[in-house]
Amino acid sequence: MSVGTTSLLRVHNEATRSPTPSPTPSESLQSSLDMNRPSVISARNLTKAYGDLTAVDNISFDVPAGESFGLLGPNGAGKSTTMKMIGGVSQRTSGSLTIMGLDPESHGPEVRAHLGVVPQQDNLDEELKVRENLIVYGRYFGLPLSYLKPKADELLEFAQLTDKANSKVDALSGGMKRRLTIARSLINEPRILLLDEPTTGLDPQARHILWDRLFRLKESGVTLILTTHYMDEAEQLCDRLIVVDKGRIMAEGSPATLIREHSSREVLELRFGSERNASIGVELQGIGERLETLPDRVLIYAHDGEAALEQVTARGLHPMTSLVRRSSLEDVFLRLTGRSLVD
Amino acid sequence: MSVLTDGHSATDLARERKFGSLYSRNAKAVVGRGLMAAKSSTWLVMVSGFFEPVLFLLAMGVGMGSIVGTVQGPGGEEISYAAYIAPALLAVSAMNGAIYDSTWNVFFKMNFAKLYQGMLYTSLGPLDVAIGEIFLALLRGLLYATGFTAVMGVMGLLTSWWAILVIPASVLIAFGFASFGMGITSFMKTFQQMDWINFFLLPMFLFSATFYPLSVYPQVIQWFIQAMPLWHGVELLRQISVGSFSPATAIHVGYYVLMIALGIMLTTRRLRQLFLK
Repeated sequence: MSVGTTSLLRVHNEATRSPTPSPTPSESLQSSLDMNRPSVISARNLTKAYGDLTAVDNISFDVPAGESFGLLGPNGAGKSTTMKMIGGVSQRTSGSLTIMGLDPESHGPEVRAHLGVVPQQDNLDEELKVRENLIVYGRYFGLPLSYLKPKADELLEFAQLTDKANSKVDALSGGMKRRLTIARSLINEPRILLLDEPTTGLDPQARHILWDRLFRLKESGVTLILTTHYMDEAEQLCDRLIVVDKGRIMAEGSPATLIREHSSREVLELRFGSERNASIGVELQGIGERLETLPDRVLIYAHDGEAALEQVTARGLHPMTSLVRRSSLEDVFLRLTGRSLVD
Repeated sequence: MSVLTDGHSATDLARERKFGSLYSRNAKAVVGRGLMAAKSSTWLVMVSGFFEPVLFLLAMGVGMGSIVGTVQGPGGEEISYAAYIAPALLAVSAMNGAIYDSTWNVFFKMNFAKLYQGMLYTSLGPLDVAIGEIFLALLRGLLYATGFTAVMGVMGLLTSWWAILVIPASVLIAFGFASFGMGITSFMKTFQQMDWINFFLLPMFLFSATFYPLSVYPQVIQWFIQAMPLWHGVELLRQISVGSFSPATAIHVGYYVLMIALGIMLTTRRLRQLFLK
């Protein structure tokens, strides 16, 4: 292995030889490792193509240890594909990717030993009981039963499933299954937790319970990587996120920064009825910083939403409903892609 | 590219890549999971798999055997019809058990339960999963073979102490079918395609010299049957059951050894294509 790596690095050095010595990937990795928060995930020009379709198109990002990092985007943006490449169960077409310094393609089992994975669809073992699910999953990592038995009980406690320990999996509710899947992903005490759409399909109460659990994990120092198409989820859980669309990174930053950079402070939502929404735009020209016309409503981006509403009524326009709210990531996404985030 | 003249290390790297992501020496975890799952749910299926050849033996061997009388065994001696077909039914049961576990069970776990997807997000590689699942299929085959051999003994159909070797030989047969079955299943996407497997298995069961000697067929058909795996299994177990061996015995065993090797190669290649795309 060591021989192979050196020969590959040599290729790189020859190719990038220039008058001023530029840092090689290994050196820049080294320097980032020297920082207080070393990168646990580093992607460079990561690309995945399925035939003609480029699911992930040349994306680069770094995730420092302990960060909660989000991939926000609509369905089909390439979020799940990125997650699969991180887990080493999908091979990239080009680019480089290291997880805790290892390439998941060549060191799949080693990389996954540090990962906890919560897939988009629960794939709990329906032939096993709740507690057995945790223990058997831990065995897949080669962990001894003496460790797994107390650990399973601890995780059942964490997932608020202690009284369901000996139930069958299909007797659990959707939220319980999700919590069990998360508990299962923690059996190997992962340094990085991958969560693919963790709360999709759950009712609001179940989502809040789940968010609370994830927040505790984050506090305990686990690096969270999560994909979501819910902006409230991204705002609640992510320190930093990338907005992806059609396999590309559209923007990167903390939720607050993204909103500040790509949207106004407030948004005025107006509904004039589906027939008038489209044509009313002209009459609203000049109010606020920007105007967005959607099929069901008109959005006016302004620093002061109430003031914008006064201007609208001053022009003699009377919307059926009006709402002033803070800008959200939804607005950021709309601004960046011209499309709505949730279908 | 000139720096890559050190081609040796490049191939080494490629090889290590392929294998490093395929296998983590932990197939026992997959076996453990299978045993735990069997404990709770699949008892009925297992029991029915044991009774099937026993019922055939009673109906065909004892029932029809009463009008057939005795037939000529592998060594030329006269044996009862039941003793003639019992080892053949054991071979069929080894085949069916292995095929059931490695095709329908695997098909379900692959496409519906998403069990393997979950496993492959852990330290397990596809080869761990394949070895574990095949081992489970063989374990089931071993249980069936032991049970059926006991029934044969009780019915007085075993005429030689060599007969005890039908148990490991059945496991060999099961291994051949299981290793191939899993590879073939990986190509299947729908239930209709899964039915093709039965379409292939049923004629093989009926015509592989199971109920009557191969000599009833014209030469061309004989050659065809002899190319099929089940015939080798039937002949192998029939020879062992009466302790009459010939050079053909080695050919039968060799046939299965080759089948196992090719089957594992196919299965591993397919799992890599399916799960590490």
